[in-house]
Order: sequence, then C-alpha cells, then structure tokens
Amino acid sequence: MSEWWTYALSDFLLFSPRTYHRLFELYNAAIWPGHVLAIALGLAVAALLGTGGPWRGRVVSAILAACWLWVAWGFLYTRYATINWAAVYMAAAFAAEALLLVLAGVLGGRLGFRTRGSWVGRAGLGLVLFALLVQPLGVRLTGRPWSQTELFGVAPDPTVVATLGVLVAAERTRWELLAIPLAWCAVSGATLWAMDAPGAWVMAIAAGLALLLRMFSR
Amino acid sequence: MQDATRLSRRTVIGSMAAAGAAAALSPTSGLAQSGAAIGKRIPSSGEAVPAVGLGSWITFNVGDDEAARTSCAEVMRHFFEAGGRLIDSSPMYGSSQAVIGYGLARLGRPSGLFSADKVWVSPGSRGPDQIERSRRHWGIRRFDLLQVHNLLSWEEHLDTLLAMKGAGQLRYVGITTSEGRRHREVERIMASRPLDFVQVTYNVLDREVEERILPLALERGIAVIANRPFREGALIRQVAKHPLPAWAAEADCANWAQFLLKFIVSHPAVTCAIPATTSVAHVRENMGAAHGRLPDEAFRRRMIAHVEGL
Repeated sequence: MSEWWTYALSDFLLFSPRTYHRLFELYNAAIWPGHVLAIALGLAVAALLGTGGPWRGRVVSAILAACWLWVAWGFLYTRYATINWAAVYMAAAFAAEALLLVLAGVLGGRLGFRTRGSWVGRAGLGLVLFALLVQPLGVRLTGRPWSQTELFGVAPDPTVVATLGVLVAAERTRWELLAIPLAWCAVSGATLWAMDAPGAWVMAIAAGLALLLRMFSR
Repeated sequence: MQDATRLSRRTVIGSMAAAGAAAALSPTSGLAQSGAAIGKRIPSSGEAVPAVGLGSWITFNVGDDEAARTSCAEVMRHFFEAGGRLIDSSPMYGSSQAVIGYGLARLGRPSGLFSADKVWVSPGSRGPDQIERSRRHWGIRRFDLLQVHNLLSWEEHLDTLLAMKGAGQLRYVGITTSEGRRHREVERIMASRPLDFVQVTYNVLDREVEERILPLALERGIAVIANRPFREGALIRQVAKHPLPAWAAEADCANWAQFLLKFIVSHPAVTCAIPATTSVAHVRENMGAAHGRLPDEAFRRRMIAHVEGL
C-alpha cells in the first residue's frame, strides 16, 4: 500500500459500531441455547486450573480447541465475514490455533500447569475468570442490551482472554500457542479503538498482562 | 448579517443554468417524485446526472441483517423519490454491493439508476472476475460507471475497463482516490488516458483538488465525483454545534447538510457529491441540496470563511 502513513485506523473500519454490535445480537439469537454449553465449558476450564489431576492439561486444551474452532466457523467465517472480508483470514487463524492446541496440548500433552499455590497460576486463573464473568458485563457498562453480550466460547474476545489466562498458568511459555491470541488482541483492540468503543483498551491490557506475567514467571 | 444584506440575490446565487450545464431531470420511473433535481452534465457524453448521489461506504455494509437491509432499501427509496440516480459502491465495502442489489430488487429496479462501482483487486488479471461478481451483487445487466479503486493495479484495470466500454459492456470509465492521496499520479492518468470520471475527496475544508485536479478535469472534460463530503460525518457533527447562518437561505440551504453539499456541487468541475447515510431523514436532507439555487463563487468563498471560522 502506497502512502501508508497517511492512513488512520478508522480508514480500515468497514462497518459502523451499530452493525458490529447487531452482529452479536443476531448471532446470539441464532445459537441460543448454545451459550449454556459454552458457560459450562468455561467453568470447567476454570475448575480444572484450580484443581489438580494428570489429564487436566489435555482436557483444557481440548475444550479451548473446540471453542476456537467454533468461533472460527460459527462467528468469524459465517457471521463476521459478511461485513469484513478480512474475517476469512481471521477464521483461518482461529482454526490454526485450534489445531495447535490439539497438537501441543491434547496429543502432545505439553500443556502442564503450575501448582495451585503459585501466584502466577492464580493470576492466570484470574484472567480466565475475568473472561468468563467480567467481560460479558461490558455490554451493560457501555449501555448496550444483554442480547449483544460477548461470551467465552462463542465470541472471540473472551475466548482469547481466557486462553491467555490458561497460557499464563502454564508451566512453560508456549509461544506457539501465544502468538495467535496476542495477534488477535492487537486486531480486536484496533477495531474497537477505531470504533471509539469504551472498552477498546481491555484487549491490549489483557495481552500486556499476559506477556508480563510470562516474563516474570521464568 | 451585514454581509448578507450587502449580497444581492443576483450576485449570490447562480441559477441552475449558470451552475454549468445543469438540467432538470426526470430521474426514475415507478417511484413517487417530489421535484426535479439539479443535474450536471458528464462532459464526455453530455448526459446529465443529479448533483447529489448516494455513497455506500460503511453505511450499507450491514451483512445479512434483514432489518438493516430493509432500512437501507428505504434510504434508497427516498433517494430515488427525491430525484437521485447515482449510487456508488465498491467490492472493498463488504456487503454494500449485495445490500444495494437487495434494495434495487425491493424497489422494482428503478430505471433511472446510474450504477457506479469500482474494481479493487490485484493483480489486474483478476479484475474481470471481480467485476462480474459485483454485477451479480447489484443484479443489473451492466454498470454505467466502473472506476479503478484507489489506483490499485490501475494500468491493467484501465485496459480492461476501456475494452469493456468499447464492447458496449460499460458506459463510463474512471479512477478514484481519497483524502488527498496520490494526486500527482491521478493527474498523470487524467492527462494521458481517456477517462470519463475521476473521484476525489472534496469538501469545504478539504480543497486541495481545487489547485490542479479540478481545473484539469474541466480542461480534459472529465466528470468529477466528490467523496467524503462530510468527512464520514465528522464535519457535519462539528458544524452542527453551531447555528446555520441566516444567509444560507439565500442559496436555499435549509440545514448544514445542504450547506456543505451545495458548496461542493456548485464548483463548476464537480458533477456529483456522494454522501452516505443510513437515515431516511438524512437522505432527504442531502437530496435537498440537489434542488433550489446554487452558490456562486463569492458565496462559496463566504461559506469557506464561515466554516473555517467555527
């Protein structure tokens, strides 16, 4: 792209905030009561992080992979791509993350977690709980109806933040699993920023926090 | 207001005829009509089009949302009823082309439509496929105008578009840019290729094109479409904090939208401005700028001074 420095973030915004938020409203209406399953899966992830057990890394990876794959297909490819041609590539990235979670976490068993007493582990669990319980409240804080709520497992942002929380709580830094969630934080944060959305900073802070926690946990 | 009284109606207002090749148009069939719109002629053909068109950037990209699509169709209905004809879109605008096609089908395909779209793909060899997809989205037999969007692969695309025009598959060929980008290159293409249209950003605050591109368009007989007339709404939000000056009525401006649009379309080189909206009330306001009297040069300078002083 020539003269790229003359472009502002808003130049890349293809849709209005109203259209973007309506997308979630219509999507939520179409997939209800799938949210119940998504919430149950999210709580299962949090519970597994907070407890012990030899299989929890594989189970958490499998749950996250399923959620990433669903968001790739159910939201990004089927819904978001109708107003944003770039969403096709985003869907491919989410599908790739699902595949990586299966390869590294489910089949490879390389996603182990810290002991329950670890402060980094608790911080990771905190990020997961933030994604499950606090992020969905953002819709009300910004004056939008509950019908436009973004939930873990069905919407990208809380799914990504919860995944970051899981990866913060991991025994070792898994850059191959962190790369796509961090990139999504940049993409989503930029989109929300361009829309002047009140919560545009949330994804950037989540990404920064996850990186800091991983660095301090070495 | 002293200035307003000093300017006589004759010095302030150019009539439709004085605005340059203006004509009263009968825009559509099958739709109610609330008065003829000011028309400006396309230099390469002499065909007149209404001075206010309809853009679709962001506003018509509503995806599969049935309620929003219906709302866009209502905007189109009121646009046609007020004498509008030219609708502009691009494959870059997400679902906008399909939403326009939905609206056209819902309105019974108004015969007065002037379809303006773009080609935006690289390499240029992929242009014909994209143009065909765009045509299907609109649900029309052929486009009136196709433009090379933001000069992307412009050499190959211009060859394609000029060949289509030669074969009778297209009526007009153009290029676009926005927000002052690549103006030197635009000038070179305008000077060297047989263009019918050029689309640039022009409004009461963004007037860089007045220096070279608009004079060149007049010299070369190229029609001009002005995009971003309200700076995607930011300009109208800015001026709307202030009362419309009373003297605006001398150019038949009843609101800020008409004030800003009449400034644009009263330039002798400008053929059409393409404001985008999702609101029926706003499209009616916008189309009001295609009716009544147009400002002359002295009045235009006053408009600039006023807006810059806000």
